[in-house]
Amino acid sequence: MKLETLTQSIGEWLRGTGPESDIVMSSRVRLARNLPQYPFVSRASEQDRADIERFLRERIAMSPAGRGLESIDVGGLEEIDRQFLVERQLISREHADAQGARSVAIDPLEQVSLMINEEDHLRIQCIHSGLDLRGVWEQIKVVDEQIEQFVPYAFHPRFGYLTACPTNVGTGIRVSVMLHLPALVITRQIDKVFRSLHKISLAVRGLYGEGSQAMGDFYQISNQTTLGKSEEELVEQVGDVVPVLIDYERRAREFLVRETEQNVHDQVSRAYGILRTAQTISAEETMQLLSRVRMGVLLGLIGDVKIADINSLLVRTQPAHLQKIRGIELDTKDRNIERARYLRQHFEAGGHNVN
Amino acid sequence: MKCQQCEKQAVFHITELETGSVRELHLCEDHARVYLNQAEGAPGPAEDIEGAAESGGAAGQLGVGQTADELAALDQKACDMCGITFFEFRNQGRLGCPHDYVQFAKELEPLIANVHGATEHTGRRPARSEQNAAAAAAEGTAELTGVIGLRREMKEAILREDYEKAKENRDAIRAIEDRWIPPARPE
Repeated sequence: MKLETLTQSIGEWLRGTGPESDIVMSSRVRLARNLPQYPFVSRASEQDRADIERFLRERIAMSPAGRGLESIDVGGLEEIDRQFLVERQLISREHADAQGARSVAIDPLEQVSLMINEEDHLRIQCIHSGLDLRGVWEQIKVVDEQIEQFVPYAFHPRFGYLTACPTNVGTGIRVSVMLHLPALVITRQIDKVFRSLHKISLAVRGLYGEGSQAMGDFYQISNQTTLGKSEEELVEQVGDVVPVLIDYERRAREFLVRETEQNVHDQVSRAYGILRTAQTISAEETMQLLSRVRMGVLLGLIGDVKIADINSLLVRTQPAHLQKIRGIELDTKDRNIERARYLRQHFEAGGHNVN
Repeated sequence: MKCQQCEKQAVFHITELETGSVRELHLCEDHARVYLNQAEGAPGPAEDIEGAAESGGAAGQLGVGQTADELAALDQKACDMCGITFFEFRNQGRLGCPHDYVQFAKELEPLIANVHGATEHTGRRPARSEQNAAAAAAEGTAELTGVIGLRREMKEAILREDYEKAKENRDAIRAIEDRWIPPARPE
């Protein structure tokens, strides 16, 4: 697969459609699976890793789940291309930075991605745009079952599916939703919300998973525990809290418009102004400003921008995307200049993608 | 060593495993009891113990309480298949192979109980076409993890030029794999 062809689209998680997509960016489920006949990845030799990779790649290709998937040799990619896949959420940062044989198989819609030799031998991931945890679960369940026809999974009668880290053992499931919560951030309620989520065993992470900072007011909410509850119960545990968070965010947005409209209007307009005129701008600042503009559009304070455009810019201004689109490698300083130019051109062209 | 919560001698040495990091707690008997009871009773941080909960909530908790001597002995315990010691696991926070869940079952159980508030999987089970698929999968796992040990022995045998033994192991590996890995068929 030519990664360049992916730059033309924005991938599933930023498609900006689906239920509640003004707040819920995407719904995601991943399953951790391992082969019993090899050590876990961190203890596997170079040869083991190569054997695991080949075994799983060939077996997945035999199963209906593998039909139409494109396998990418992640170990053989340049760093910029690995980073590109991370930005699209098709592989994790850990997978990008790991050593040895590893690959990912993705479908053309970028909903399914199968990472081989991440922390576990196999990580099955499925993403849908908007709030659709049930749909994601139904899809990933089938993928898992189909692969299992050809792959022995390490399984224990009491502990369930066995994983490299005991925090994932049992179902091996991580259910998460990516939320855009700018009004809760502005009204300083976000910490309170997160504390209450921790109390009910839910984790909050930033945009790019474990250990990542929340950038641009985007947050991932996911389950912490994987054993003792069924997959459906864990899907519900996360799913149940989402409407509450959506309601909080909507109320905070209404509050902002009602009580401080001039102020909010000023803030989002300034953000929009900077994005259209800056001469050099970092990825972080871009993300932050796009977040504000996104809220401005949703509140009806900015009229001439589409949400799909903002979503597209969120990924296309990331370092690796920017460089792939421009077709050259750039250092941080030049990237910041190029990013600002890209943004100016984008808005001058009335929101059409600039290549 | 003093207890992190008071002036008493620390007799409980607790390893907290979070996703990606390991934190050690040294507590006297009283504080350890408070801490462990809380950790077991409810998922989430033991907030009464100052400091212990600082980053606790994030990924649930793996805690094991032992005296220093017990802990030292436990650390030496190694997996028959992959050879990882419990000490290595405590340091890295990652297990060596699926057989560790059998070999270290007793030690892992309290950790697992702390993280998940449960020790019994109630979710989906492998369901290949044959009957009793889940039981077969568990048995298959038990046999297939044996391959990890056999492969390790085979490498060692080759190194000391004991080709007879290496061949034996190779055949044993093939027999197990033939039995438990589903047949490949072209799409």
